[in-house]
Amino acid sequence: MPPARTDTQAPSRAAWAGQWDRLHGYGPVVGLVLLCIAGALLNSDFATVDNAMNVLTRTAFIGIIAVGMCFVIISGGIDLSVGSMAALIAGCMILLMNALLPRGWAPLAVVAAGMAFALLLGASFGLAHGLLITRGRIEPFIVTLGTLGIFRAYLTYFAGGGAITLDNQLSDAYSPVYYGSLLAIPVPVWVFALVALAGGIILNRTAYGRYVQAIGSNEQVARYAAVSVDAVKVRTYVLLGVCVGIATLLYVPRLGSASPTTGLLWELEAIAAVIVGGTALRGGAGSIAGTVVGAVLLSVISNILNLTNIISVYLNAAVQGFVIIVVAFMQRRRP
Amino acid sequence: MKTRIRVLALAAAATVAAFGTVPLHAQTAPKQVNLGVAIPAATHAFTAGVVFWANQAKKDLEKAHPNLKVTVKTASGAPEQANQLQDLLTANKIDTLVIFPFESAALTKPVAQAKAKGVYVTVVDRGLTDTSAQDAYVSGDNTAFGRIPAEYLAKALGGKGNIVALRGIPTTIDNERMDAFTAVMKKYPDIKILDAKHGNWNRDDAFKVMQDYLTRFKQIDAVWAADDDMAVGVLKAIEQAKRNDIKIVFGGAGMKEMVKTLMDGTNPLIQANVSYSPKFMYDAIKLTAEARLRGEKLPANTIIPSVLITKENAKQFYFPDSPF
Repeated sequence: MPPARTDTQAPSRAAWAGQWDRLHGYGPVVGLVLLCIAGALLNSDFATVDNAMNVLTRTAFIGIIAVGMCFVIISGGIDLSVGSMAALIAGCMILLMNALLPRGWAPLAVVAAGMAFALLLGASFGLAHGLLITRGRIEPFIVTLGTLGIFRAYLTYFAGGGAITLDNQLSDAYSPVYYGSLLAIPVPVWVFALVALAGGIILNRTAYGRYVQAIGSNEQVARYAAVSVDAVKVRTYVLLGVCVGIATLLYVPRLGSASPTTGLLWELEAIAAVIVGGTALRGGAGSIAGTVVGAVLLSVISNILNLTNIISVYLNAAVQGFVIIVVAFMQRRRP
Repeated sequence: MKTRIRVLALAAAATVAAFGTVPLHAQTAPKQVNLGVAIPAATHAFTAGVVFWANQAKKDLEKAHPNLKVTVKTASGAPEQANQLQDLLTANKIDTLVIFPFESAALTKPVAQAKAKGVYVTVVDRGLTDTSAQDAYVSGDNTAFGRIPAEYLAKALGGKGNIVALRGIPTTIDNERMDAFTAVMKKYPDIKILDAKHGNWNRDDAFKVMQDYLTRFKQIDAVWAADDDMAVGVLKAIEQAKRNDIKIVFGGAGMKEMVKTLMDGTNPLIQANVSYSPKFMYDAIKLTAEARLRGEKLPANTIIPSVLITKENAKQFYFPDSPF
């Protein structure tokens, strides 16, 4: 949220506008609360702990990616490839783990190696994006549109068009990462919370976070202020790549497989979560808390639709569309 | 019901046998056939199966018939497929076309043009909007794909119980299957279809839909997952919720992993399946090529029957080399 303007000429008007701005900043939260009330009224099972944990757990993938995406969007960039990237990382990770198991590695060691590999792969894909965008001077939209196709095509090629499935023994060793709980809260929800917390601290409490916002606000001015724009930008893409890697770590144990339909349209869901959460698509300002709320909001919609029968199944996507537009309207900024 | 299935199974066996007895060396037919195959690219397991079986048909048929040439083109969209049709006509100079249209409406005109130039056209799976643009039509049996699971589940539940269903991507194929399923269930007033939501033939979407069904309904006796990919997600959701009220999960299409599970009996929830194999692509190319080599025509409509797969006959439907 931008600080309220201090307009000395019309103090009462400025103060009023500040209030208005603040109210708008809560748009996503208000939307989420209203949705939850609606959900509880429509189905008594909605407001149970089990259902809340189901929703938060399945939000974890998109939410973690959205935190990384938030940085990229605030810096004025975009990444369309995250869904394909997650699918390719999942596929490569499964292939590696399946290959290591017959070499006599213990299942836990194999899983650890697979996880490290996934994070490394995510970081290197992010690095490649960053270098192509800064050194290569290609628009981020085009670079990531290209890799969107490349990543998914390679996964399809590795899978021979079918599915890459994790070995059963490994699947058992790995499944607690998705299905396990710590203090009655599922592991993916913990990871999501930690990633969001770390993201919030990096964005608001470090020099790097400031640079990201400065670049998104005005790249030229940031350059004059001796910010090494290229290095900061590359790092935002690496950060996003690592976030995609983390999301994949949680995704793989869920179904134990990767197929060409894995992660389809995740990029749009992640971008929608960021924008619904109050970050401007043109960059410059944004918030991690808003992004988290946005991501939860999106999955609550489909959860409520699944729990009720009030509208035709053919209209499910339309409901999500309407909510996105209404929430975006509530949190819009003054011109 | 049982006899019906048996008839279908027999019909399937008969067609297989008929293909087998066609003379492999077509010495009696010196005619040259240049056949083009246009199919969707391998974007998911089922289309990957279509591509696999098309290439398999090319390999087998070109080996058996030296005077046959098969060209396979895969497209990732309707416009690309239309362009490939032109290439097949002008560059490859095909005289026979087997096409799995990406979209019915968009491909009707381009196919009609090919036919107007004297090309013999067999359309597979998705019918054209104007059937005069094709010479023959070969398809899977979507009605049986919905009817067979319905009959099986009704019998297994003893005509009484709660069923939840999943649906694919909203298309005419999905509607035909769903309508056939509900038509059978109408005959069993004690069986309730609690809900049917779209899982888009996708494992992750099916997982979420099933999780929410489990939250919403306290007693579910059977799940019609309507597709083996969706069944994978459904099984995981049930496993996570540790629910034991569900007795059967019925998938569909005979994905190799699921047929294997059925064969080995490794999951008590998986007791039967229904075939809808991408192998119909192989059959369509083979039928067309061999009829053309003999200078004959295909019947206007050929339906490759969908049959019930159980533990006993699962072996016949297990193709470990195919991606599907």
